[in-house]
This record gives sequence, structure tokens and C-alpha cells, in this order.
Amino acid sequence: MNMTATKIEGETATPAATVAPVVALTPKRRPRTEAYARMARETAVRVIPPLVVIALLTLVWELVCRRAGSALPPPSKVFADTRELIFDPFFDHGGIDKGLFWHLSASLQRVAFGYSLSAVAGIALGVLVGQSVWAMRGLDPLFQVLRTIPPLAWLPLSLAAFRDGQPSAIFVIFITSIWPIIINTAVGIRNIPQDYRNVAAVVQLNPLEFFAKIMIPAAAPYIFTGLRIGVGLSWLAIVAAEMLIGGVGIGFFIWDAWNSSHISEIILALFYVGIVGFVLDRLIAGLGKFVTRGTAQN
Amino acid sequence: MTAYLKLDHIDKVFTRGVASTEVLKDINLTIEKGEYVSIIGHSGCGKSTLLNIIAGLTGATTGGVLLENREVNSPGPDRAVVFQNHSLLPWLTVYENVKLGVDKVFAKTKSRAERDAWVMHNLNLVQMAHARDKRPSEISGGMKQRVGIARALAMEPKVLLLDEPFGALDALTRAHLQDSVMALHQKLGNTILMITHDVDEAVLLSDRIVMMTNGPSARIGEVLEVPLAPPRKRLELATNTTYLKCRQRVLEFLYERHRFVEAA
Repeated sequence: MNMTATKIEGETATPAATVAPVVALTPKRRPRTEAYARMARETAVRVIPPLVVIALLTLVWELVCRRAGSALPPPSKVFADTRELIFDPFFDHGGIDKGLFWHLSASLQRVAFGYSLSAVAGIALGVLVGQSVWAMRGLDPLFQVLRTIPPLAWLPLSLAAFRDGQPSAIFVIFITSIWPIIINTAVGIRNIPQDYRNVAAVVQLNPLEFFAKIMIPAAAPYIFTGLRIGVGLSWLAIVAAEMLIGGVGIGFFIWDAWNSSHISEIILALFYVGIVGFVLDRLIAGLGKFVTRGTAQN
Repeated sequence: MTAYLKLDHIDKVFTRGVASTEVLKDINLTIEKGEYVSIIGHSGCGKSTLLNIIAGLTGATTGGVLLENREVNSPGPDRAVVFQNHSLLPWLTVYENVKLGVDKVFAKTKSRAERDAWVMHNLNLVQMAHARDKRPSEISGGMKQRVGIARALAMEPKVLLLDEPFGALDALTRAHLQDSVMALHQKLGNTILMITHDVDEAVLLSDRIVMMTNGPSARIGEVLEVPLAPPRKRLELATNTTYLKCRQRVLEFLYERHRFVEAA
């Protein structure tokens, strides 16, 4: 092999650069089965620990509540008592004697309504408070006081105002979930980097374009934090509100079960409430992740 | 000699409560069409403030900026800025970032297809057309700055303002980008005003170098013409006596007559 050595003569010579050949490597394909095995392993790592914990807790519960005279039913009895409710969630015998699906869907409808209203109003107010110093000075103290009022404290007032259970429940959802949305949106708007505002100024975006093209995308991570807290709060509030207003809904189902001493049904309903709350939270989180995928700072 | 861009007795005082600091004092400068002017000075001397005043992002306390004999005091696409930290919108692709300005500036004068072609033309100028569908987080720092330059160029500014455009880049990328900007200036003949703190960069790129004294109350200390004919070649200039003399002058100004005391 011939090597050409470059000598630097005096101060002027430059070392010659040798160009290395570029070799394109074809990426090695892993065998399919191996990929599946790895996927299965990864899933197992995440799924098995919670399953073990749940099994252990159920066992403890069974052992504690099994003896005669226990106040609460053991899981085996819960399952036996609520078989019908679990396997047929769609029955409808009129009145409030319906399957759990109908109760949950009534509650979800109220939440969807109240939460949508509070999302729209909350983002609008948040933008106002974040953008205008005077709006913040005027409104922020009010928000700080109002947001500490517990959801149910609003219910009597809204019943007096609307004279009907349905709009009152929706109002309670609205007033409970709006505060974190307002506050987080305002923080997001206030944290928009000056650079983005400068870009908008140089390009001469009008206020409407600035709102749609800069503000909302830039504040989206904050807005979705607020929306996520909001959806959790509204699910908390709906169950409590429905216990008081009655009618079809998972909250009243629980209250009704308590009145007729069906403790097993209460436990089943709590289980469903938890699952639905979890799904709602994940739904908003997933939506936020999808919408803000490009917003990450770099 | 006609003044294209004229800075007329600009003073800038920042007031916070009762305390006020005079940042810039009596800045006068005229720039001709097609000129490449650099403003150099130690950090904190108010050169970025001056650029913001020209861009219209900050108001001057007294005095004003005249562009083609008309006063300008609000930001606009006729004075497009290339920001130091690129300031690309991270949720838009490279193409969309450039298009944002193009859609506004040429909303009435160009059709949709023409605007699209114009965006691609400008991305081609900075050799970034291949990354049109990438997001800023997916490209390197030098590439981001190229897109920033394309965004500014695409607005067809009367004056292109560069705010330490290569400050955040590594030395090799910086040299590469300086060459690109030099080539663009020769090709398009834009009027360019650049803020920098790099002596070599200033001498290599500019027709004139404006040296600022230290703040507070920074003034223009000296203006140096760089009589080097284009095209300037980095390697050849390393031994060019005119280049070395100019470099020497700027260094003397910065390190002997206006030493940055705070940094010592």
C-alpha cells in the first residue's frame, strides 16, 4: 500500500486530505420472531407488576371480609351479587332501573357538555388574562377566590337559578373545571418567548393570525395541562352532583344502591367510576400529546 | 451619495422606576443601497438594542430611523430580521416557517402557486430545499440559521438585519455560513446590517465596520471602510495586507482604546 506523507514545508504547505470511500451498509433485519418476543417481554414487564399487586390486594380483601359479620362484602360476594349488572350493562326497565352503561353514558353526557363549555370559556378567558395586564389585575384576584369554592357549594345556588337538575349539574361541572384551564392557559400565554412575538411583529401578523398561528400552538402544552386537570375535576364533581340531583347517572346509582343497602353494587360502580376517570384523563393526555407534538422547545 | 437607511440622532434611555440608564447616545449613520455594514462592540454596548430600534421592535427615546426618506417606527417585513437564536416556530415545518412571511407579504401580489415557488426558490438559495418537510427540531443549528435567513430573504426586505446570526454556531459551520451569506449578498445585492462581536467576521463580510464604544451611553466610536473587492476568499485574505490592517484597526479599537473593563 502506498502512503503519501505530506511534509509541511516552511509555513505555507497544507496537508493533503485523503477522501475515505463511503460504504453504504444495508441495515440488518432482525428475524420476525425475535421482534415479537421482545415486544412480548416489554409488555410483560409493564403488565405483570400491577396484575400481581391487584391479585394480592384482592386476596387480602377476601381474607379480611370473609368472616361472618363483616360490614363490607368480600370480592367473591361482590362478583356474585353483581353478575347481572356486569354481564348485562344495557338493560332498560324504565325509570332509573337501567344498566350501568346507561348510567355512565348519562354522566358522561353531562360532563361532555359542561366540560366543553368550560374548555372554550376557559381558554378564551385565559388568553385574555395572559395577554392583557389590566385584565389580569382585574380578574386574577377574583379567580383566585372563586376557584377555592368546593364544587358542591355551587349546586344549591345553581338549582335556585336554573330550577332544574340537568342544567345545574352541567353548571357545576363547568364552574369546577374552568379554573385550572384559565390559569394554565394564562401562564402559557405569558410564557410565549419574546422571539416568537418578534417574528410575528416583523411578519406583521394581525391579532387574529397571531392568536391562531403563534399563541395557541405556543401555549398548547400549558393549555393541555389545564384541560387535563379540568377533566379530572369535572369527573369528580359529576358523581357528587348527581347524588344530590337524582335521575339517571352513575352518581345517583351509587346513592340509590346505598339507600337499598346494595353494598356490592356500590363497589362495582366505584370500580367503573375509576376506570372511566382514568380513560378520560388518558384521552385528554393523548390528545395533548398529538396536538403538541411539534411544540417541544429545542 | 444618497442615504438609503439613515439613523438620525438616536438616543435610547431605559427607565425602570426612578432609575434610568442611557444605553445609546446620539447615533448617526447613513447606509447606502447594497452596502454591507457591520456593527461591532463589546457585549452590553447596546448594539442589539440599536438593531431592535431599526427593526422597530423597540422605540428610540429621541431621534428616528429613515428608510428611503420615510420614517419607520414599527416592525415590518421591509426590515426583516435574522435572529441570533434562529427563532423558527417549532410547530411548523421548514417550508411553513418560510411561507408564514411569504403569505403575508405577497398576499395580494402573488398567486398561491407563485408563493409556493417563491418559498422553494428561497430555500434553494440557502440550500435547504431538501429539508422542506422537516421540523426545526430535526435539523442542525446551522441549518436552522439557513432557514432563518431564507425566511428573512423571502420577505424581500429593503434592509436585511442580522442579529449576531452566527453567534450560536460552531466555528466550522460559522465559516460555511459566512461564505453563504457573502455569496448571497453578491448575487442579490441586498442592503445588510449585521451585529457581531467577531472581528474576523466583520472584516471578512463588510464594506464598512461601525465600532461602538462601551456603554452606558454608547456612541459610534469609529467607522472603518474595508477596501477589499469581492469576491473575498477566506484563505487568500489570511495573508492580504489590507485585510490584516483592517483587522488590526478593529482590534486596536476594541482592546486598547475601548477595553471592556467589566470582563477583566
